[in-house]
Amino acid sequence: MTTPVLEARGLSRAFGHVLALDDADFEVYPGEVTALIGDNGAGKSTLVKALSGNLAVDSGEIKFAGEPIQLTSPTQASALGIETVYQDLALAPHLDPVQNMYLGRELMRGGLGGAVGLMNVNEMRSQSRVAFDELGATVRSLTTPVGSMSGGQRQAVAIARAVHWANKVVFLDEPTAALGVRQTKNVLETIRRVRDKGIAVVFISHSMPHVMEVSDRVQVLRLGHRAAVLDAKHTNMEELVGLMTGASTKGAA
Amino acid sequence: MTNIKTGMGPETTSIETARQKEGPFKRMLKLQAFQIFIVLIVLVLIFSALAPESFATLSNLRLVVQNASILAVLGVGMTYVIITSGIDLSIGSVLVFSGVVSALTMRAIGGDDWGTAAIGVVVSIVVGLAWGIFNGVLISKAKVPPLIVTLGSLGMALGLAQILTGGVDVRDVPSVLTTTIGYGNILGGIPVISVIALVVVVIGALVLHYTKFGLYTYAVGSSEEAARRVGVKVDQHLIRVYAISGGLAGLAGVMSLSQFSTTAIAGQSQTNLNVIAAVVIGGTSLFGGYGTIFGTVVGLFIPAVLQNGFVITGIQPFWQQVAVGAVLIVAVYIDQVRRAAAARGQSTNLWRRLVSRKSE
Repeated sequence: MTTPVLEARGLSRAFGHVLALDDADFEVYPGEVTALIGDNGAGKSTLVKALSGNLAVDSGEIKFAGEPIQLTSPTQASALGIETVYQDLALAPHLDPVQNMYLGRELMRGGLGGAVGLMNVNEMRSQSRVAFDELGATVRSLTTPVGSMSGGQRQAVAIARAVHWANKVVFLDEPTAALGVRQTKNVLETIRRVRDKGIAVVFISHSMPHVMEVSDRVQVLRLGHRAAVLDAKHTNMEELVGLMTGASTKGAA
Repeated sequence: MTNIKTGMGPETTSIETARQKEGPFKRMLKLQAFQIFIVLIVLVLIFSALAPESFATLSNLRLVVQNASILAVLGVGMTYVIITSGIDLSIGSVLVFSGVVSALTMRAIGGDDWGTAAIGVVVSIVVGLAWGIFNGVLISKAKVPPLIVTLGSLGMALGLAQILTGGVDVRDVPSVLTTTIGYGNILGGIPVISVIALVVVVIGALVLHYTKFGLYTYAVGSSEEAARRVGVKVDQHLIRVYAISGGLAGLAGVMSLSQFSTTAIAGQSQTNLNVIAAVVIGGTSLFGGYGTIFGTVVGLFIPAVLQNGFVITGIQPFWQQVAVGAVLIVAVYIDQVRRAAAARGQSTNLWRRLVSRKSE
């Protein structure tokens, strides 16, 4: 078995009296889709926040490619090649897809122009177009503000941005929750494509059919603790639901 | 979702490039700022027709431009602030305070040469910057709403200006300033004060529309959270934006000193509101994320032309306030319609929308 690209050991985090993460373990492998499932309040979002540098944990260890690290900011996670697509997408609605794609990581012009803050707009635009095409993303226009696009298009922009910058791990928090039939199919296809590039994908979803369809490995969180790790090929929906709700247990991790 | 109707046909795998080709001219037509610009042209034509002898003259145009110059400098800073979805009520008071400190400094140094004047200019801008940073730090770090912070500094700056002068205007302004910046001309009749304003406007527009700094200004106003998550230093950026607004108010302080040869402590009580009105009339959204410097300049000229035109055509100039108020409300209404349309993913072309609404 290869080394997990990102690994969590015994993460705990309390919010007041609520123990959102209780000695939780988690690992993702390169070139695999790992589904992270669990009932509401199981700690999925907290775990993702902790692993993407958005939240400090009370105790536990995070390893990146086998090395223990301290994740203190999303920027640090980005620098390591870890990107997250949040449920709210976190796009700036007034900016166009290219500007959103490169926000915070603008390509500057060379020489004097770059020194006074001029951006290389053409280069960013052509690279964005390549990135969207690569994903088969249905981004209709590169110059329309993303705020006036449909939910599916916005999702495509957010995912394309994450995939463009991530070279190790992409977290997708409920990427299909608000989508129609075709957009969902697109997103699932995108997930496979990203995986085939050798990037680890963490797919968080409430939709068991989608989980079964796309993932290689399923990790079940329950009450802040990992209840099970399953091979997606050798499980079924009843088992997953049982584990999520606590109706059944399995040689837990 | 419309894809239900069309079924699961072949995917659109490439980006539609047709809209890319949409020229800058066509995009310009859609800008609210450009639509306001047409309103301005119409106003100018009406007044020109009514008073061709007096309104449509070069000297009158010069007067209008000269009167709008100080407001234009302030408007550039205000545009940045409003794009971040903030507001700066303090600019008029900061202008006065900077002018007072500058005038007192120049009086203390004495002399009527460029050395003294240069120190005065620098002092005024630095004092303005300091107020801007004060505003920015309270807004971004202490999380006090911009309306309250700048309302507070409005009072503080004005009060301190009156304390410093004992409530009596300082009238000792070096004549090198008044004869050059104040009412000097270059190139056979272009007011120096307007040239300064033009330089500020052009630099302001270039930075806003072409640099990373400008992009971050839009990003922060569009979604602070989105900007923060991709590593934009939102707090730092807000401080800089308010510093620009303050610094430009400082520059405007010197311009005002030069033009009027007095600190005119009581003369700026409406300045902040006039500038905000101009920015909003020019299509900059009070909700942030959208706006242009060009719009602000056009937005300044609408009240200026109305005022001037009413005086010349013999209409009571008080009507100007009524008209500007109405234009302001209409401008914000248009912005609301546009934002609502954008949120629904519809065309943001106002004309088309208004027409289609009627035909429904």
